[in-house]
Amino acid sequence: MVNRKKITVGVTGLNNIDSPGPGIPVIRSLKESKIYDVRIIGLSYESLEPGLYMHELVDYSYQIPLPGAGVESLLQRLSYINSVEKLDVIIPNFDAELHNFIKAEKQILDAFGIKMFLPTLEQFDARQKSVLYNFGKENGIKVPYSKMIFSAAEISKLQHEFTYPMVVKGKFYDASIAYTSDQVTSYFHKISAKWGLPVIIQQFVSGQEVNVTAIGDGNGNCIGAVPMRKLYITDKGKAWAGVATDDSELIDSAKKVIKALKWKGGNELEFIRNNDGEYFLLEINPRFPAWVYLATGCGQNHPEALVSLALGDKVKPFNEYIAGKMFVRYSYDMIVDLKEYEKISTIGEV
Amino acid sequence: MKKNIALSDTGFLFNPSTGDSYSTNPIGLDIIRELKDGSSPKEVLKFILGKYEVEESRIEKDLGDFIDMLKSFQLMDNNG
Amino acid sequence: MSKIIYERPVITKLNTGISNKFGTRTEYTPVTDIDGVSVKSIIKEHGSPCFVISEKQLRKNIRSAQRAFKTRYPKVQFAWSYKTNYINAVCNVFHQEGIWAEVVSGFEYQKAIQNGVPGNKILFNGPDKTTEELKTAMENNSVIHLDHFDELFEVSAMAEERKQKTRVAIRVNMDTGVYPMWDRFGFNYENGQAWNCINKVMANEWLDLTGLHCHIGTYMLAVSAYSIAASKLCDLAVNIKSQWNKSIEYLDMGGGFASANSLKGSYLQGADIIPTIDEYAEAITSVILNYGFKQNELPLLILETGRAMIDDAGYLLGSVLATKRLSDGRRATIMDFGVNILFTAFWYNHKISPAQEFSHHTEDMVLYGPLCMNIDVVRESITLPLLSKGDNVVVHRVGAYNMTQWMQFIQMRPRVVMIDEKGEVHIIRERETIQTLEQLESMPKHLSSFEL
Repeated sequence: MVNRKKITVGVTGLNNIDSPGPGIPVIRSLKESKIYDVRIIGLSYESLEPGLYMHELVDYSYQIPLPGAGVESLLQRLSYINSVEKLDVIIPNFDAELHNFIKAEKQILDAFGIKMFLPTLEQFDARQKSVLYNFGKENGIKVPYSKMIFSAAEISKLQHEFTYPMVVKGKFYDASIAYTSDQVTSYFHKISAKWGLPVIIQQFVSGQEVNVTAIGDGNGNCIGAVPMRKLYITDKGKAWAGVATDDSELIDSAKKVIKALKWKGGNELEFIRNNDGEYFLLEINPRFPAWVYLATGCGQNHPEALVSLALGDKVKPFNEYIAGKMFVRYSYDMIVDLKEYEKISTIGEV
Repeated sequence: MKKNIALSDTGFLFNPSTGDSYSTNPIGLDIIRELKDGSSPKEVLKFILGKYEVEESRIEKDLGDFIDMLKSFQLMDNNG
Repeated sequence: MSKIIYERPVITKLNTGISNKFGTRTEYTPVTDIDGVSVKSIIKEHGSPCFVISEKQLRKNIRSAQRAFKTRYPKVQFAWSYKTNYINAVCNVFHQEGIWAEVVSGFEYQKAIQNGVPGNKILFNGPDKTTEELKTAMENNSVIHLDHFDELFEVSAMAEERKQKTRVAIRVNMDTGVYPMWDRFGFNYENGQAWNCINKVMANEWLDLTGLHCHIGTYMLAVSAYSIAASKLCDLAVNIKSQWNKSIEYLDMGGGFASANSLKGSYLQGADIIPTIDEYAEAITSVILNYGFKQNELPLLILETGRAMIDDAGYLLGSVLATKRLSDGRRATIMDFGVNILFTAFWYNHKISPAQEFSHHTEDMVLYGPLCMNIDVVRESITLPLLSKGDNVVVHRVGAYNMTQWMQFIQMRPRVVMIDEKGEVHIIRERETIQTLEQLESMPKHLSSFEL
């Protein structure tokens, strides 16, 4: 692999634990690039993110401030990191940090020349759970009927619009399946105490969970999409193993979503296939999934495509992939010298 | 001060018997080194007064608090 | 050999996981001066604690807000929400910038009059207006913003008796998609109450329906709510035109624009999530402009934004009284200001900066106020440098509500100074003394002496 373009990419989400972040899979994909010779700079929030210690994948790492510390802190830290590393691209991989990176996208480009390829704030907001049903209705994409409720008094009226079971969801996280109105009430109070109002009530759809990792160019074109059916799910609801499926209907649905939103960047679309074979869109995650390396394994290197889009290099949409490839996740104990932990804990880099 | 506490110039402390790690600032490092060398709190106080620009009443209070923290973290032997 | 500058020793356990060594750097960048005036010199001259208003920042905020609206809409008028900060010097900065007064009580009304605001440039809002106050407002030709039917009937009767055409506006509440809904003020749009009130006013020959008013909430993060509110007010205005052939003089969109303070419980920093004043302006003006008013019948757009105008022009300077350890080992720092004067500490995580240089070593701590009351907590958890007794701090974004909602409780209220645009410091409110307070008290004769 000669003549590859040398670039430096900052990547977050190095928490390759039992409920992993997408950082390491993204990095593995980039390291396998045929176009780029990539130096990886890890950006971590915690001192025990496994990626910090995976030196064969992550060339050097820096702690960055938690999203709650604000954009200003982030910019200061990036200024230091960039003065040492000269980053070409950053790929943020956490939902919680995206708001700040999107907000600071222009400043990061102007001040440091670092490029990103992120959804706009409008796109980011348009996929919020509370508005997804209307989005689906407007764009001919099936989304289970859902409704926001603001008080427990509204629960008694739900039976006119929903049938049991229904899913009670928090604004950001959490979902529970309720079979009786008492359960709805109990979940409503639990979830609203944690995530605030509104609480989202969604019609439960039973069926098979299928997800798509996809990437959009920001003009409505889908650059790549690979569907995966979960084969085994951990107690945290994460796929332990999955298989890439050949499903043109699902890919068409993904293309429709990306076109409707003019989605810019990577995403994960969560669908459910009911017993009649209909697909319902459950959620749009605004970043690559942790299983994105499966797409690379099937012949669609989405992280590499994202880097090309960010750098303004030519990108040809992927048209095919090898269905039937599987991923099986495993854990692995690294032996780490205390000196390394000391470095990240005291000077914030390793 | 427990003898097996590992101490580095960055202010990183590691207690091999419990597996806990700590971080301290330069003056904290000075104090811990003195204690480790067997100085009594009184001798440490004198050492700090000689090295730092500080009034005795203030270092007395701050040192007492610091040693209390070392004790609560079980970094010191029971005899101090 | 010269001695090393002292900083107290600190040791922290590294909790597995988050060490976030660089996370809060900006929070402890020292703030040693405000508008070029040193914090230490202000404290020396005016005491600690002390509120500081930056006239420069205040005027900058006012001008940029006016610019945001005036470049988008031909007829704009701001009114200063007195309750946000009614120190006269502060009010007069606004009035010098061409801003009217918006008051919600007889007390605030008197302040506006005494500041020299012409009666017809005072908007009289709020649910509590006495008969006497209504009479004064009528005499001065101020616009009375009706809050409830009882008030409508009282004002109607008074106007008729006085045979005086009286200017009124109707406060409308509505569903804007933001909850909880503020439906306790004014008349509801959705259930027809507002329209009912409009018809009663229009049918009364002594009442002149001058404006429609709404104020949809506070610290509003969704600009879309203002678009909805604007379209509902426009709908009423258009209906008034078609049913009564009357053009409404103004639409008053109230206030509620967020400042960059971080609300407690908010994961992200306030500064990173609040809309800009331009976004609010765009949301409101584009709806009105596109609603179909004839160019010469476009209503005047009134805004009563308070918090967003003044919050970041106000600072609170204070000092460390003591540091101590709590039973669980946490550091506690006791400041000389608490919730008595920093009332907004109840709902904001105020940004606090040290006013002198420190090393990069920090500590997590609880910040307490000086009151002998358990609720007196300024920040439940904050990472700050190794503060010691006598060190000074600067609390940011305290300009809104603190200098009106502060309490004289246990302590007396401190001085408020204003730094003018040339960097000169003026006292704009003197610190309270025991005389200030005792002059209000009187002693029954039989209690005037005792023996102990």
